[in-house]
Amino acid sequence: MKLPALKTPAKDITEINRREFLRSGAAVATVALAPGVTLMAFGGEAKALADPGKRWGLLIDVNKCAKDCTACVTACSDEHGWEDTGNPETDPQWIRKVDLKDKDTGREVSLPVMCQHCENPPCVDVCPTGASFIRPDGIVLVDKHTCIGCRYCMMACPFKARSFVHEELEDQKSYSPRGKGTVESCTLCVHRIDEGGTPACVEACGKTGNGAMLFGDLNDPESEISRRLAEYPSITLREDLRVNPGVHYSNI
Amino acid sequence: MMRLFAGILLLFGVLASTVHAGEHLIPDVPKAVGPAHPEGNEFMRANHMKLLKHDRDLTMRLGDRAIENSLKDCVTCHAVKGPDALPVSVKEEGHFCAVCHQFAAVKIDCFQCHNSKPDEDSIRILLQKYPDSRELADYLEGMTE
Repeated sequence: MKLPALKTPAKDITEINRREFLRSGAAVATVALAPGVTLMAFGGEAKALADPGKRWGLLIDVNKCAKDCTACVTACSDEHGWEDTGNPETDPQWIRKVDLKDKDTGREVSLPVMCQHCENPPCVDVCPTGASFIRPDGIVLVDKHTCIGCRYCMMACPFKARSFVHEELEDQKSYSPRGKGTVESCTLCVHRIDEGGTPACVEACGKTGNGAMLFGDLNDPESEISRRLAEYPSITLREDLRVNPGVHYSNI
Repeated sequence: MMRLFAGILLLFGVLASTVHAGEHLIPDVPKAVGPAHPEGNEFMRANHMKLLKHDRDLTMRLGDRAIENSLKDCVTCHAVKGPDALPVSVKEEGHFCAVCHQFAAVKIDCFQCHNSKPDEDSIRILLQKYPDSRELADYLEGMTE
């Protein structure tokens, strides 16, 4: 029996990258095949793909973040199915609230810290299998198909953003597969972003009325996040490391 | 003579048991809910793992969600209902993937991370009860009155 060819061999990912880039780069891509013959491809499906022209990021206004509010943490836990079982040493923590106090002035602030989706992620540098990777649109993820659970990335991350799954899991969410023996972290709700949505934490923060979190494309100068970053002062965590995080904080 | 007779009996016994086992040489694969694969069952049996692996890389690395062969779709369309009318997990008896994989003694790694049961939304659709003809007739009668 002659087998129909697979769409593209999986190893040929650079080739796909180029094709998908062409498909997503412009609304209409025109390719001249021969004199007088042009192939026009309409970017209908392009929305579903990680767009290399984008860089997703967050802006967190610490002044608006209420001290006792954990809506973002709860939303993330519900969305992805990780939970606090009372064992902080082994429980996964994709996002946590950190309280800071300035000893001199006594000013207290509270802010959420999750994977900072760095442009130069140390976790990707140290990964021995290539499981830790950065998507073309700037989201840092773990490919659990190739993760061997060595936890080098957990050591390398300056923000302590990654967790290791210590126990067997059941009934995972279909859009957020998680399993024992692999490392995991905030995915910036990549399943929502691919459908044109916003991360669950940002949505939950908006619902509380605090509106401390803003999600958007850092590469688009017209986006709300870029305009606010241009207008008001903000910082990223551990700027000395020059990893260029995608998560920005203001009024910290 | 008696020994030969006993030998023949034993042989028949062995033959009978192999014939009986022959009925179960191929696992009893549960039927799916949706339309048949256009590639055919033979192709899917031999190549499903390649299709899954190919598309998982596209989704994971490039965010291509408009794919044809996702594990989520496999699990939804091939859901097998247990005694409680809810889809069974891969650890329970009769799960579509487990039936063949147990027979062939090939371990499935997929479900260490992925859910082997359909999403809650899909379960709700599976559980939907359609009115039977009598209920429909009663309803229509009630409308005309």
